[in-house]
Amino acid sequence: MTKTVFIGALAVAGLTAGIASAATLDDVKARGSLKCGSNEGLAGFAAPDANGNWEGFDVSLCRAIAAAVLGDGQAVEFVPLTSQTRFTALAAGEVDVLVRNSTWTFTRDTDLALDFPAINYYDGQGFMVPRALGVSSAAELDGATVCIQTGTTTELNLADYFRANGISYEPVPVATNAEGQQQYLAGACDVYTTDISGLAATRATFEAPGDHVILPEVVSKEPLGPAVRHGDNAWGDIVRWTTHALVAAEEYGVTKANVAELAAAPTDNPEVNRLLGTEGELGAMIGLDADWAVKVLSVAGNYGEIFEANIGESTAVGLARGLNAQWTDGGLMYGGPFR
Amino acid sequence: MADISDHPRETFRISMLLYDARYRSLTIQVVAAMLIMLFLAQLVDNTVTNLAVLGKDISFSFLWSTAGYDINQQIIPFTSQDTHARAALVGILNTLLVAVLGCILATVIGVFAGVLRLSKNWLVARVMTFYVECMRNTPLLIWILIVFAVMTEATPQPRDFREGGTAAMVFADSVAVTNRGVFIPRPIWADGSGIVVAFLILSIIGIFVLRYVARKRQEDTGQQLPVLRLSLAMLIVPVTLAFFAVGRPITLEYPELGGFNFEGGLQVRNSFIALWLALSLYTSAFIAEIVRSGILAVSKGQTEAAFALGMQPNRTMQLIILPQALRVIIPPLISQFLNLTKNSSLALAVGYMDARSTLGGITVNQTGRELEGILLLGIFYLITSLIISSAMNFYNSGVKLKER
Ligand SMILES: N[C@@H](CCC(=O)N[C@@H](CS)C(=O)NCC(=O)O)C(=O)O
Repeated sequence: MTKTVFIGALAVAGLTAGIASAATLDDVKARGSLKCGSNEGLAGFAAPDANGNWEGFDVSLCRAIAAAVLGDGQAVEFVPLTSQTRFTALAAGEVDVLVRNSTWTFTRDTDLALDFPAINYYDGQGFMVPRALGVSSAAELDGATVCIQTGTTTELNLADYFRANGISYEPVPVATNAEGQQQYLAGACDVYTTDISGLAATRATFEAPGDHVILPEVVSKEPLGPAVRHGDNAWGDIVRWTTHALVAAEEYGVTKANVAELAAAPTDNPEVNRLLGTEGELGAMIGLDADWAVKVLSVAGNYGEIFEANIGESTAVGLARGLNAQWTDGGLMYGGPFR
Repeated sequence: MADISDHPRETFRISMLLYDARYRSLTIQVVAAMLIMLFLAQLVDNTVTNLAVLGKDISFSFLWSTAGYDINQQIIPFTSQDTHARAALVGILNTLLVAVLGCILATVIGVFAGVLRLSKNWLVARVMTFYVECMRNTPLLIWILIVFAVMTEATPQPRDFREGGTAAMVFADSVAVTNRGVFIPRPIWADGSGIVVAFLILSIIGIFVLRYVARKRQEDTGQQLPVLRLSLAMLIVPVTLAFFAVGRPITLEYPELGGFNFEGGLQVRNSFIALWLALSLYTSAFIAEIVRSGILAVSKGQTEAAFALGMQPNRTMQLIILPQALRVIIPPLISQFLNLTKNSSLALAVGYMDARSTLGGITVNQTGRELEGILLLGIFYLITSLIISSAMNFYNSGVKLKER
C-alpha cells in the first residue's frame, strides 16, 4: 500500500515537474531572476567579457526584459545554447525566453509550438570567403566546400540556394559558431555561411578581418527575434512590448541619459508619458510596475543606443543600420503605439 | 508417500499468500510486476499529457516529408528533396560503414597488440603495455578530437597543391592528403567488369575448397600442401588473366585539382577517418587485453605438450593455443563490437553524418520531433546490437567447447 502511494506521489511529482508552467511571469518573479537562452559566444550579440559579464545586442534585450519584470537588469541567468539544443531547452522550460539570433519561421511558430513576439534584427543569409580565393559572387561557388551550423535555417536555405542555381557544394556540418570559425580559418572549408550579422560578428574576431569578404548575395530572409513558449500569452506580451519600448523610445528621443528626467514629470508628448508611466496605466495592464519602461531604458538605453554600442558602425562588428533603421528613416523598425 | 496423504488437505486461505513460504515469492513477483507496469504506464501517460500541454502530438509522419538538407557522405544517392526517412537511411548506412570497418581494424590491431604484449622481447612488450594503457584510460571523445585536429590542422589545404604550392600528391600522383580528407583513385566499372568480379568470387570459393582438401589430406596421410602459396596463386592468376582477356574493363579515375577542391577520385573525409581510426585504436586496446587473457587462460601444459611432440612454436599457437583461447576470447569480444557500434554515435563531434547526426540530429532539430526521432534512433541501435550479438553467438557456438 505504502509503495503504491509512493509510486503515485512520484508520478504526480513527475507530472508537475514536467509541465513547463504556463505562468512564466510568476515563475520569474518567484525566482528573482530571468533565465535567458543565449549564444555560446558571438561577438557583439552575446559573449561574456573578461570578467564573465555577458554583453551584446541580444544580451541587452535579456537585461531589458529582466528590468521590466524584476526592476534589475543584472538579474539574468544566461544559459548558453547551441543551435541544436535551443528550442528543446525553451520548450522544456529550461529558459524563460530565448534570445539567440533565432529566425522567426512558419514551422517554428506553429509546429514547434513557439512564439516570436517581436523582431529585433532583420537579417539575411550570406557567404564569407577568404579574399585570396578571388570570388566575387556566390554564383561562382560551384564545387565549393561550405561550413554550416546544423539545426539552423541556414542549412535549409543553403540547400535551396545551390539547388535553385544548379550548382553543387560539399557541406561540412559544424555544431557551433566557434567550431565553424576554426574549420574555416584552417581552410577545411572554402566558405562560411550564416546570417550576415553573424558573419560580420565572426569576422570581427579574426586576426586579419580584411582578408575575408562577405559576398553581395543575400539568399534568405532572417527576421531574428526573441522566442517564448506558445500558449503563455501574458509572458509573450511582456517580451513583445519590452522590445517595442526600446524601439519606440528611439523614435521619441528617449535615451538612457534623459529617461530619468523625462519620467520625473509628465511632458508635452502624451505618447512618451504613457510609455514612461507618468500618464495612464499601461504597466498594470501587463502586470508590471507603472515605470517598467523607465527601468528598461535605464539599463542600456533605447534600441538605437544598444545597436550602436554593440554592433554599430563604430564597433569592430561594424554593421550599418540598413533594414534595422527606424521606419521614419526608411527602415523596418516600427515601435507599436503605446496607448 | 503414504505419510503425505495422511495429512488432512489444507484449505487455501488468503493470508497464506503472505505467510506461506510456498506462495510468498509468487506474491512478491506479481506485486512487483504490477508496480513496474503501473510505473511504465504512468511514464507513457505522463509524456503524452505533457506533450499535449506543450501543444505537441506524437506522430511519425515527418519521416515522409522533404528533408531539405544535404548530406556530404552518401552511400546511396541523396538530395535535399528526398524524405527524412531516406536521410535516416543514409545516416544508418554511414553508421554501419564505420562500425564494420572499425570492428575489422580494431580486431586486427587488438590481436597484434595482445599477442605482442606477451612477447619475450622486453621492449616490444613494454611498448604494447604503454599503448594499451594509454588508449584504455583516456576518453574516446578525446581521441576522436585529437585525430580530427591532426587531420585538419596538420595537413595542407587543396589550394597548396597548385603550381608552386607547398604540397604534393603521393603514390605517383594518385593520392592527395588534404585537410578535407584523403582523395584516392576510384575504380570505374565498364562493361565486362562483371566477368572479372565473377572470377574473383570463384577463386575465393576455390581457395576454401583447397583448404578443405589440404586439411583432409593432412588428416589422412599426414602430408602438407603449400596452402598459402597455392591460395595466393589462385587468387591472383585467374583474375589477372580474365582482366586482360576481357580488355581491361576496370580503370581508375584519379583525383585532380579543380576550382576549389580535388575533383574525381574518391574522397575519404576527415570526419570519417578521425572517427574510424579513433574508434579502432580505442577498442583495439580492450581487444588486446581480451586476447592476452584468452591466451594466458590456456594452460602452459598445452604448450609444453605440443613442444614435446616436436611442434613448431607458430604451429603450436595456430593449432593448439588459439583454438582454445578463442573460447575465452569470443564472448567479451562481442561486447567490444557492440561498444564500438554504439560509440560511433560520437560522430557528431566531428560532423560525421551517421544515424545520430541525421535522424537524431538535423531531422529532430528541423522537425521538432525529439521524442519520435530519438525513439527511432534507440530502436535502430537496439536492433543493430541484437543482430551483431546473435551473429557472434552463432560463431561462438561453433568454436566453443563441445562437451560430449
Ligand atoms: N538565424 C538562424 C541561425 C542562427 C545561428 O545559429 N546563428 C549563428 C551565427 S549568426 C550563431 O548564433 N552562432 C553562435 C553559437 O554557435 O554559439 C536560425 O535561427 O536558425
